[in-house]
Amino acid sequence: MTIMNMVQALNSAMDVMLARDSSVVVLGEDVGYFGGVFRVTDALQKKYGAHRVLDTPIAEGGIVGAAIGMGVNGLRPVAEIQFADYIYPAYDQIVSELARLRYRSAAAFTAPLTIRTPCGGGIRGGQTHSQSPEGVFAHVSGIKTVMPSNPYDAKGLLIAAIEDDDPVIFFEPKRLYNGPFDGDPERPAQAWTNHPMAEVPEGYYRLEIGKAAVARAGGAVTMVTYGTMVHVCIAAAEAEGIDAEVIDIRSMMPLDIDTIAQSVEKTGRCLIAHEATRFAGFGAELSASIQEHCFWSLEAPIARVAGWDTPYPHAFEWHYFPGKQRVRRSLRQLMQIEG
Amino acid sequence: MSEPKLHVPAVPARPGETPDFSYVNLAPAGAVMKPDPRVPVAETVALAESLIRVLDEQGKACGPWNPKLSPDRLIVGLREMLLTRVFDDRMQRTQRQGRITFYIRSYGEEAVSVAAAAALARSDMLFPSYRNQGLFIARGVSLVELMCQLLSNTRDMCKGRQLPVMYHAAEENIFSLSGNLATQFPQAVGWSMAAAIKGESRIAAAWIGEGSTAAADFHHALTFAKVYKAPVILNVVNNQWAISTFQGYAGGEQRSFAARGPGVGIAGLRVDGNDYLAVYAATQWAAERARCGEGATLIELVTYRAGAHSTSDDPTRYRPREEFAEWPLGDPAERLKQHLIQLGAWSESQHAALLAELEETVATAWKQAMAYGTLSEGPKLDPKLMFSDVYKNMPEHLRLQCEQMEREA
Repeated sequence: MTIMNMVQALNSAMDVMLARDSSVVVLGEDVGYFGGVFRVTDALQKKYGAHRVLDTPIAEGGIVGAAIGMGVNGLRPVAEIQFADYIYPAYDQIVSELARLRYRSAAAFTAPLTIRTPCGGGIRGGQTHSQSPEGVFAHVSGIKTVMPSNPYDAKGLLIAAIEDDDPVIFFEPKRLYNGPFDGDPERPAQAWTNHPMAEVPEGYYRLEIGKAAVARAGGAVTMVTYGTMVHVCIAAAEAEGIDAEVIDIRSMMPLDIDTIAQSVEKTGRCLIAHEATRFAGFGAELSASIQEHCFWSLEAPIARVAGWDTPYPHAFEWHYFPGKQRVRRSLRQLMQIEG
Repeated sequence: MSEPKLHVPAVPARPGETPDFSYVNLAPAGAVMKPDPRVPVAETVALAESLIRVLDEQGKACGPWNPKLSPDRLIVGLREMLLTRVFDDRMQRTQRQGRITFYIRSYGEEAVSVAAAAALARSDMLFPSYRNQGLFIARGVSLVELMCQLLSNTRDMCKGRQLPVMYHAAEENIFSLSGNLATQFPQAVGWSMAAAIKGESRIAAAWIGEGSTAAADFHHALTFAKVYKAPVILNVVNNQWAISTFQGYAGGEQRSFAARGPGVGIAGLRVDGNDYLAVYAATQWAAERARCGEGATLIELVTYRAGAHSTSDDPTRYRPREEFAEWPLGDPAERLKQHLIQLGAWSESQHAALLAELEETVATAWKQAMAYGTLSEGPKLDPKLMFSDVYKNMPEHLRLQCEQMEREA
């Protein structure tokens, strides 16, 4: 075991897979010599060569299109889209091609791609470096969508994604790269050093994609969340002194509804939190599924805390971000409803 | 028979190695012929591979592309370039001090923006990239206005919504900047198509970096420009570096970027981007071609990104520190200064006085801008502004969210 931050854990996952499987290649803008703008692919090109860790032209549609072709021809590409905000030029290749290739060819052709991309706000990135588009992709049949919230999960899930024969979009909450974040911008930045989930095996291990984790056990209310908001929800529950169970879903598709339903049936109350905009966000799917599974156990309407339905504003980042105060308030309101 | 092998573009020099610009195809100043702007596209093929230059090593203007501008006009150009540079340096420092969150300098490529703005009509529409602040400065947008955007303060033209440098200037006919690359290229083509549809003589001009020519939008723009003979100037600023990847990764090996123009069916010019006179003349030529109905021109401006990509970048990790000193096309401001001195219209002491005056101008503007607030101090924008302009009329769910935010503040 070594202490790793999320950047190191993700780097280690690719390192392990490049060494284990000669069909694995890494490609993306600035990922080679430079090691990526967030350093996630640091030193991989030096170790595995420029034919396996490729700097690409600035063309996200080209990156994904070419990666599909490589995947069809026997490679297992890990493509990086530098910011999730820049994934849309590749949208057609992802939605019309990657997601449906197996289906349309009756499995004659498949492309086992992993698309890694940093997402989320909290770094003063403005509208083009802060988006959380997981809901847009979770809506597309044929791809899996994953978002880890800590180094241990990041490595285990990225290895699983690379080994998965279905395409996976792997969202990396960039605010968590260097430390957990409880949603309070006034507090000094925390490092991963003392976090239990920063203890990461150096070698190979994988976690199953589609299994939620109980990030905090509790009995009074279930908080269903993922990514940066896992840490915000834990901090909010602790600040309120509420015995909340926090469930980190870790993947949107497949969705581990059993773990969620078990918890909600126990607590009778549920709050859903994500950074992405609320309207038709992934929280809507969560809310509908939980209602379908747990209607007779619910003691209060399901609450949702999310980003406001506007583009991500630069100056109002902390008014926009669904931080600790907003989660606490919603949690209090939810607990006050008579069951 | 040899096996096919994947080609990986070879970077000329990495940190610790000697800078090597032998790959840059040069031509002496004055060597390239200047055809009538109405020539068929095929006659620009050679222009797209050669290098249009006016200023020679001694600072003398030569050849058919010399636009023969008055010394007064050139002094204005020099002033605008230096103002851009002084502004950039000051804003970079304010970012380091934590006053603004992010900045992008245009150090070393100021001529690209400033000379083009001078050659175009004020009514022509400009579609900049994030390294074209010189267009805003040359069109007279006030420094205070630009600084207020950088500060996201109470006078911010973007009402706090945009990352620093994502300006716009509707009055001055400069489009809103996007952080997404190359998107403005087809938009500029469409804008110019609308001008043609309406029978106006206005044209559009757009700028992207050579790295962005890889984006599909670059190719969309060229195709639409060709099909409709759109009155547009499409500029590719080849500053050699796209963050850490050199121009070979955008396809610059063997073939020039300008050659994509004739390849698609529009005129192409390859121009010394650090030569104020050459940039002016090429822009003027392309503008005339567009205005007389002969369609678009793709101009490659060969220059060097002397600074980092942005304040988030550290170029010493991927290229030699000494590269700019070895760059064969020099420094655009130094070259114009040398030319003016050579003409007898300028002196070292005038230059020093101008620099001091510009430092003062920028410092005064900064004080004024700071008075309108910063992200952390002074007056602040109303967070409610976050909810306006999402739609023309605020939908009910946004009105409720806005109320909720206020109630809970």
